[in-house]
Amino acid sequence: MKPYLQLSGVNKAFGDFVALDDINLDVEKGEFVTFLGPSGSGKTTTLMIIAGFEDATHGAITIEGQSLAGLAPQERNIGIVFQNYALFPHKTAEENVFFPLQMRGVKKAEGLRKAAEMLELVGLEGFAHRYPKELSGGQQQRVALARALVFEPDLLLLDEPLGALDKNLREAMQIEIKRIQKRLGVTTIFVTHDQTEAMSMSDRIVVFSDGTIEQAAPPLDVYHKPTTRFVADFIGESNLLDATIRSADEGLADCPILGQVAYRTEGQPRLHDGQEVALLIRPEHLKLSRKPLEECRHASMTVETIVNYGDNALVIGRKDTAQIRVRVPGADVVTLEEGDECHVNWTDHAVFVLEH
Amino acid sequence: MAVTVSNLAGRKNLWPWLLLAPLALYLALFFLVPLGQVAMMSVTEPRVGLDNYEKVLTGTLYRRVFINTFFTAALVTVCCLLVGYPLAYLMNHTTERRAMAILLLITMSFWTSFLVRTYAWMVLLGNNGPVIWLLATIGFADPPGILFTRFSSTLAMVHILAPYMIMNIYSVMKKIDPALIRSAESMGAYGTSLFRHVYLPLTAPGIANGSVLVFVICLGFYVTPVLLGSPTEQMAAGLIGHQIEQFLAFGLGSAMAIVLLIVTLIVLWIYSRRFGLDRLYG
Ligand SMILES: Nc1ncnc2c1ncn2[C@@H]1O[C@H](COP(=O)(O)OP(=O)(O)OP(=O)(O)O)[C@@H](O)[C@H]1O
Ligand SMILES: [Mg+2]
Repeated sequence: MKPYLQLSGVNKAFGDFVALDDINLDVEKGEFVTFLGPSGSGKTTTLMIIAGFEDATHGAITIEGQSLAGLAPQERNIGIVFQNYALFPHKTAEENVFFPLQMRGVKKAEGLRKAAEMLELVGLEGFAHRYPKELSGGQQQRVALARALVFEPDLLLLDEPLGALDKNLREAMQIEIKRIQKRLGVTTIFVTHDQTEAMSMSDRIVVFSDGTIEQAAPPLDVYHKPTTRFVADFIGESNLLDATIRSADEGLADCPILGQVAYRTEGQPRLHDGQEVALLIRPEHLKLSRKPLEECRHASMTVETIVNYGDNALVIGRKDTAQIRVRVPGADVVTLEEGDECHVNWTDHAVFVLEH
Repeated sequence: MAVTVSNLAGRKNLWPWLLLAPLALYLALFFLVPLGQVAMMSVTEPRVGLDNYEKVLTGTLYRRVFINTFFTAALVTVCCLLVGYPLAYLMNHTTERRAMAILLLITMSFWTSFLVRTYAWMVLLGNNGPVIWLLATIGFADPPGILFTRFSSTLAMVHILAPYMIMNIYSVMKKIDPALIRSAESMGAYGTSLFRHVYLPLTAPGIANGSVLVFVICLGFYVTPVLLGSPTEQMAAGLIGHQIEQFLAFGLGSAMAIVLLIVTLIVLWIYSRRFGLDRLYG
């Protein structure tokens, strides 16, 4: 089956500067895809090319097999929510939501009825006659969402829509956006550089770096089976240790820091003996103890720093030349002090191999 | 140093007034006092009473001059808008360099004394000037006199006042978030409907500010209409000067000045009450 939205070989250059380099991406109908990546990695540029505000230097974009080439933004039927909402200050919430329908020649009575329905869906009944400046940030956000959805767009694009909200409101809006997106089944691309947001909302995360896609996979795969060092580093916390494959068949590697290490073999890339690799172990997969734990692999280390977060703590220890980060539950950290000798323990399953 | 700062902070309420004092004193001495004198004269010269106001408000000459003043001010405002809006739009949508070049031209003209600009128009439009010559060359057997008509004074006033309009509109246009336009486009708004539903309302505060400024300045314009305009279509300020210089009718002139002042204040009041658009969009 053909994908719903398809980007193939999309390139974008601003003068000499290559902002996007060979972007290929398939999105299924109804999917919620998040673009995640550091600042300047090309997320907005990709979105603007899809929306038709920028032209790709090369490459093609299709929706249901139909090329978008040569279509003006007005002709694309794509709903966009901008970071600062871009609500019309001279129009009320209702008039803002009515606007795209008005532009499509919908009669006022019918249009206003649809706008009211949409405002209700986003939880804003009773606010229809307020001007944007009379609404809170979260409410403005909802109006912007209603306005981008009211004309039943083929695609919904959201460029860091929650960037300006405080933490609690952010979380409430994440749930709200997800709920509405599911309810309407609209294919959605969501841009963020907040990884927890990406984790909690997406069907699939597309990790951008320097104008290329590093990995496109479901959130847990991106977390547990990153394909590149960049992804492993960018998403979540990680211990990355250099190693050499001893036996690809047995799943063994030699690590200067941890000694001989067995690694998880399922979901691993194809490896060969003697290959230089990096071992990824997430801090929460490591356990600290005074005495080595029987059932685990272990190594000794010296505690250097303890960072407390209340419910948990990050213990940064040193073994030889490497730093090892360990996430421990808040209750356990009481017995530890900086400078202590202790043991890190892990199971083979926690070790994931990354090709260099 | 720290002590001084905290001292100042302590007398926070007094300090701004202290800074304002020289200006306030200056205004009181050289503006409010003479204004009071004018108001005084309007009811005492030549006799105590409201005779002057009766004449100003009922005399056909005066009424005609006031109506003409309003009409001219409105005409100049509309012309400034028609010239200024597209120019401001151009400045906002062209390259930085060109915008700066246009801005430079406008400010250069703006900084030139308006007396100089008025005389320049006299030279340009006069009977021996290039405009008449051009008209004659392209075939007007007997080119009409352009100078000393409503046309010439309106033209010059538009030239002199247009920068106020342009700067007001331009500054508002410059502040429009491009995302607003993009989002309108993504929702299907094309050229004219984009302009009518989004761009024009967003620039309305600039239009309102510029228009009020031009209109109010124009109401009291003296030199240009006197030097360039038709003697039969005087404006209020010109007539006031005339009364005082030619007929030494200080009382009557003062009464007209006060009426003009009150009208101007009413315009400003209506503006701030009804069209405080700045605040509305804030
Ligand atoms: N109009 C432009 N002219 C030149 N360079 C541009 C232009 N627009 C974007 N760029 C460059 O392209 C790169 C990608 O920009 P983009 O806005 O897509 O990044 P982003 O991933 O959205 O970043 P952020 O998270 O900060 O929003 C950046 O290096 C940016 O400087
Ligand atoms: Mg961006």
